[in-house]
Amino acid sequence: MTYAPMLMVFAFAALVAGALLFLPKLAAPRRLTPVKAEPFECGKDPMEISEGRFAIKFSTVAIFFILIDIELLFVWPWAMLYRRLGWFGFAEMLVFLGILMLGFFYIWRKGGLEWE
Amino acid sequence: MELAAFTLIALIALGSALGLILKRNAIHGALFLVVNLGSVAALYLTLGAEFLAAAQVIVYAGAIMVLFVFAIMVLIPGKEETGPDPRRPLRWVALPAGALLLAQVLVILVGTRGPTPVGSPAPGGVEAIGRLLFTDYLFPFELTSVLLLAAMVGVLLLARRRT
Amino acid sequence: MSPVVPPPAVALGVLLPVLVVLAAAAVVLVLDVLPPRDSKAHLGGVALAGIIGALLAIVMRWGTDARAFRDMVLLDTYALYFDLVICYAAALIVMFSMDYLGRTGSESGEYYSLLLFSTAGMMLMASAGDLIVVFLALELMSLSLYVLAGFFKQRLTSGEASMKYFLLGAFASSFLLYGIALIYGATGSTNLDRIAAAAATRNAEPMVLIGLAMMLVGFGFKISSVPFHMWAPDVYEGAPTSVTAFIATGSKAAAFAAMIRVLVVALRGAQPDWSALLWALAALTMTVGNVVALAQSNLKRLLAYSSIAHVGYMLMGLVAGGGPGPGAVLFYLLAYTFTTVGAFGAIALCARAGEEAVEVSDYAGLARRHPVLAATLALFFLSLIGIPPLAGFVAKFYLFGAAVRAGYIWLTVIAVLNSAVAAYYYLRVIVYMYMREPDGEPVAVAPSLAGGLALTLAVAGIVILGLMPAPFADLAQVAVAPLLR
Repeated sequence: MTYAPMLMVFAFAALVAGALLFLPKLAAPRRLTPVKAEPFECGKDPMEISEGRFAIKFSTVAIFFILIDIELLFVWPWAMLYRRLGWFGFAEMLVFLGILMLGFFYIWRKGGLEWE
Repeated sequence: MELAAFTLIALIALGSALGLILKRNAIHGALFLVVNLGSVAALYLTLGAEFLAAAQVIVYAGAIMVLFVFAIMVLIPGKEETGPDPRRPLRWVALPAGALLLAQVLVILVGTRGPTPVGSPAPGGVEAIGRLLFTDYLFPFELTSVLLLAAMVGVLLLARRRT
Repeated sequence: MSPVVPPPAVALGVLLPVLVVLAAAAVVLVLDVLPPRDSKAHLGGVALAGIIGALLAIVMRWGTDARAFRDMVLLDTYALYFDLVICYAAALIVMFSMDYLGRTGSESGEYYSLLLFSTAGMMLMASAGDLIVVFLALELMSLSLYVLAGFFKQRLTSGEASMKYFLLGAFASSFLLYGIALIYGATGSTNLDRIAAAAATRNAEPMVLIGLAMMLVGFGFKISSVPFHMWAPDVYEGAPTSVTAFIATGSKAAAFAAMIRVLVVALRGAQPDWSALLWALAALTMTVGNVVALAQSNLKRLLAYSSIAHVGYMLMGLVAGGGPGPGAVLFYLLAYTFTTVGAFGAIALCARAGEEAVEVSDYAGLARRHPVLAATLALFFLSLIGIPPLAGFVAKFYLFGAAVRAGYIWLTVIAVLNSAVAAYYYLRVIVYMYMREPDGEPVAVAPSLAGGLALTLAVAGIVILGLMPAPFADLAQVAVAPLLR
């Protein structure tokens, strides 16, 4: 039951989201116009995306994101312990991040982050 | 209480897994997968594996699902590509394969006598994981960064347009 | 404030050979983004220098028996022997690559760095004292090889090879990981020695046995034993020939290294079980490999099935067990590595009508136009058959001898029959080279310094191993000694 506070946060979030959805139905006046009935698409034609395809470049970025994400996951326990690990822990993380920074530097200089 | 929580979470996990495989729309399937991954993370929490639960949410429900959705968006099948699956009969192989896995789990459950000899109590908290990761498992930890580096170079090689 | 977490001892000397290779990979990456931008030929030299440095480190460290990082990494003669085999393969392959990629101008920093990363992964597999390290090293090796198989992006077959290798490889890795998890569940440890101690009392338990079977699936895929061999012909055919050579030798040697250590050290108590399983796998693997090879017209596919068959022979040594069995496997791997790298390397040198010469019929009449290359290729094939006095013969002799002495007469009979079948398809290639005339344009050979040197080294290897095998066989026996304590 240590996670009861978390559960309460989730419940509260669900409550707020539900309220935002349903309260207007009760309280707000409804005047439907054709423009309002369209899905909101930042001024773009809403049908466009289902016809065309997403650029494959997004996937490259997503893969790099996964790799950096996994790296981040290891930093978390280190951050909780780093005072107790002392300089040795600092060196450990320096090596870990140094190797990954080499990869980052390589991707960057090779133009892997360019949008072409 | 614990049993009730487990039952609830397990039902959500099972339902979302069914939704994932039964939905025709790939994006809906992906959203069901997010729910499934989240409920599995909750199961990890009930076992006290906090780090694993967080990893599940951050890496799987976060990063990998983003990639899934991107991949689906890139590969939205055009009309010319959606025909009948020529290897549809092969799907039935999944049944005996799944049954075999189930049988295996049962055999392990029935055949294991006595408590499992775990050397130290299984640590689940972030601190405990960190303590192990930065001492006993220092070498695998550093090796992971080399593995990630090789993956980065590989992505660059395969994804970059030929110049 | 809570007490300081005691840091583990760091003994970098134990990692020296691997560190040299990784440092070379880092240097390749840094040099790749520095000028000159249009020529990458020098990066091959850097990679080669790194591997030679690693070879020196191995020789320097020979005879040590050290462990470090809380028993995660072992540096005993067993690991050093495999490091030697892997580094020799890698060095020859870098030399062939310099020439093979140089001809089409496709040399790149990614290629050489990934080659070095996979080499480091292979060496770590031989040094792993913990199942976690086995898995991570296997992934480091495999991930790099998946990408390298798809290196020729403009070729569809290369992309197909990469995709197939990746999907099936990931599937096999998950089997291995599941097996590791079950073994951990049953014994409470991932350390090989502690597993052996804990498993001593719990061998008959289904959890250990199922874990063992799952791990055998994972390793079986990497060494391409039947029935986990389906990927090999397609991947060998589609991947760049230099990469094929590495997949066929380095990755197999590394997978054998990890598999033998896990079976003989951690699961020694379950020996009757895995021995029986491997008996069936060995018989199946050598027979399927050889029979299917008979029907191949593509030389790379033919060599793929041939390498499957050789895995079958090597599994015999594991079945035989004890000291001589694994020792014979280690010697066989050395002979097989020299022969196979050489054969693929010679193929990489040949081209016909602007394409790579990969069909057996492409080699018709090679002996008249390029007698030296034809003789070299013929030597490799004769060694693969096991004709004395070449390395392949001696290796088979030790292996079959070990199996007979351990009492596995029937398995040996199957193996001898298989060797006879195998002679047919190897000899067919030699007949094409010496007794047929090409239908059209003959095959052209691109002579080069690096490729020629590598071929010379490979031929020297199989001749020396064939003529005076005793010191090397002793070496292999010394190498397995640390496992049997």
